[in-house]
Amino acid sequence: MENITKEMFTPVSTQDHQVQEMVFDTGATFFKDAWKRFRKNKGGVIGLFAIIFILTMALIGPMLGTHIYNELIAEHIDLPARVPFLENFGIFDGSVNGFNPYIKRGLTDIYYWFGTDNLGRDLWARVWMGTRISFFVAFVAVAIDVVFGITYGLISGYFGGKVDLVMQRVVEVISGIPNLVVVILLVLVLKPGLTSIILALMITGWISMSRVVRSQTLKIKEMEFVLAAKSLGASSFFIIAKEVLPNIIGQIIVMTMFSIPSAIFYESFLAFIGLGLQPPIASLGVLISRGYLAMLTYPHMVTFPVVVLSTLMLSFNLVADGLRDAFDPKMKGF
Amino acid sequence: MRNVILQVDNLKQYFRIDRHTTTRAVDNVSFKVYEGEIFSVVGESGSGKSTLGRSLIRIYDANAGEVTFLGKKITGKLNSETTRFLRKNMQMIFQDPMASLNPRKKVLDTVAFGLDVAKEVKTKEERKQRVIEVLKSVGLSEDHIARYPHMFSGGQRQRIGVARALVMDPKFIIADEIISALDVSIQAQVINLMRKIQKEKGLTLMFIAHDLSMVRYISDRVAVMHLGHIVEMGTVEDIYEHPLHPYTKSLLSAIPHPDPDSEKLRKRVLYHKQNIDYNHGQIQSLNDTHTVLATKEELDAWQKGDYSDILVQM
Repeated sequence: MENITKEMFTPVSTQDHQVQEMVFDTGATFFKDAWKRFRKNKGGVIGLFAIIFILTMALIGPMLGTHIYNELIAEHIDLPARVPFLENFGIFDGSVNGFNPYIKRGLTDIYYWFGTDNLGRDLWARVWMGTRISFFVAFVAVAIDVVFGITYGLISGYFGGKVDLVMQRVVEVISGIPNLVVVILLVLVLKPGLTSIILALMITGWISMSRVVRSQTLKIKEMEFVLAAKSLGASSFFIIAKEVLPNIIGQIIVMTMFSIPSAIFYESFLAFIGLGLQPPIASLGVLISRGYLAMLTYPHMVTFPVVVLSTLMLSFNLVADGLRDAFDPKMKGF
Repeated sequence: MRNVILQVDNLKQYFRIDRHTTTRAVDNVSFKVYEGEIFSVVGESGSGKSTLGRSLIRIYDANAGEVTFLGKKITGKLNSETTRFLRKNMQMIFQDPMASLNPRKKVLDTVAFGLDVAKEVKTKEERKQRVIEVLKSVGLSEDHIARYPHMFSGGQRQRIGVARALVMDPKFIIADEIISALDVSIQAQVINLMRKIQKEKGLTLMFIAHDLSMVRYISDRVAVMHLGHIVEMGTVEDIYEHPLHPYTKSLLSAIPHPDPDSEKLRKRVLYHKQNIDYNHGQIQSLNDTHTVLATKEELDAWQKGDYSDILVQM
């Protein structure tokens, strides 16, 4: 111990301090980080690809087929699915219950990939046209969620007090009316169709979004960085746009993704019970409700639209799930 | 006589909990802050120190009382010119460096927020320049501006908070428990930074704190708050060497000693607040700088050293 002298010590160089002060930039912004986590989620990625595939088919599918979606051909009614190459393997060869209507009617060079319905319309074209409607409804649902839900939730949550009190009572009144009653009333006034579905979504669809946004806003607005913005003299609008909104954007995206499948399902459900779109317009719900009448004799009429609808809804749910985990890993299992 | 930068008269800040309960967070508080000094407000949790700071900077609207800042009245309804004047000249630094920075904003945008709100800078380049300048003055570098708060340590974040307040070139800064969320080695760093900046820019600081040793080290004058009242106010010497109010005495007895031997002998005195009613007391001057909140009888008793009923040896 005694041979340690003062000369053996040198001051720690300031260079080391600077290294300590350095911040190592991982370069990951919020969205990049979330995308990285999302890619690790297999279900989410599969869902995303399924959505992209179905969306592409909805856009180009009707053009690929040989018939247009509302063309009636009396000789071609009730034909099962028949696909060129696959028929050699005994599947999709156009036979149903042991006999083949294509051969029986002498339509040997006619192919309907998904078959035809009871009026001789090409189901392939109709399914993808119906998917277009589903995507349109999904798009409208998102727009309504974003425009009404977010605005309403932000204002109600941020201003609080009496504003919040009044706005929440309004929400309670609206959410107290059953959805179906709203739709039936609208159908009575307007004709059943897209307009009444969109109006019904407008009246009730944004409520859950506004609730989520409000609760998040209530949480964020008490945080010190919002107080700091206030003490710097920022206006309420500025604070909402720059401080509150960026911090709840993750939850908003997740909520939006969850509202899409429910809107798609809502449209199909209304069409199925006869309150939604009416033929000859094709929507997945319309196709299912018609195909279901002949389900035992001609199962192809209900199978294809149901498979597309289920895949679509499942995919959106998977993607929403993946996004939720990606944006907020802490919420997993919630 | 020194210039008074901030004068507070009978400030009251009440919060209504429900029909029957109102919390009197700040109750009839009056004090002056002189230009260029460091004025500290100490007290236990819930004594109203943070609320006082927030009322002054108008995060809360005071229920009653008058605040004059640089000759302008800043309570009640403000016109836009006074508001701008207040926002420019009075700034606040917040307690928790984790919570006081928006996690979704880059340092550049966080620090420049004041400039954006006040529309003080015309070009992007000027904005960036101002931010870099102020970051350098708090010991951060130019490379830091494009990063997010979560990439920084606690001490660095707090310095970003300081930079955000400084970017407006204020004359008066309220520092609300700025070191209580930091660990001890970083506390000294931030405190010394504040002192350095205060000297360089001739700032006036109002420190809100509960760390009494730190307050003694940094302050010129100290106000002791309890239950919304300022119970004793004076220079550091008045408060730490000649405390008169029993609450101050009790508070000082709670300071741990750094020396283990004397720490073992340290006697705490307990304060029985139920035996004293601040609403009956008046501000009594002991000398030019030292005031205490007491009734005449209490003052006489305390000056004789009689603290029966109020202070109890532990």
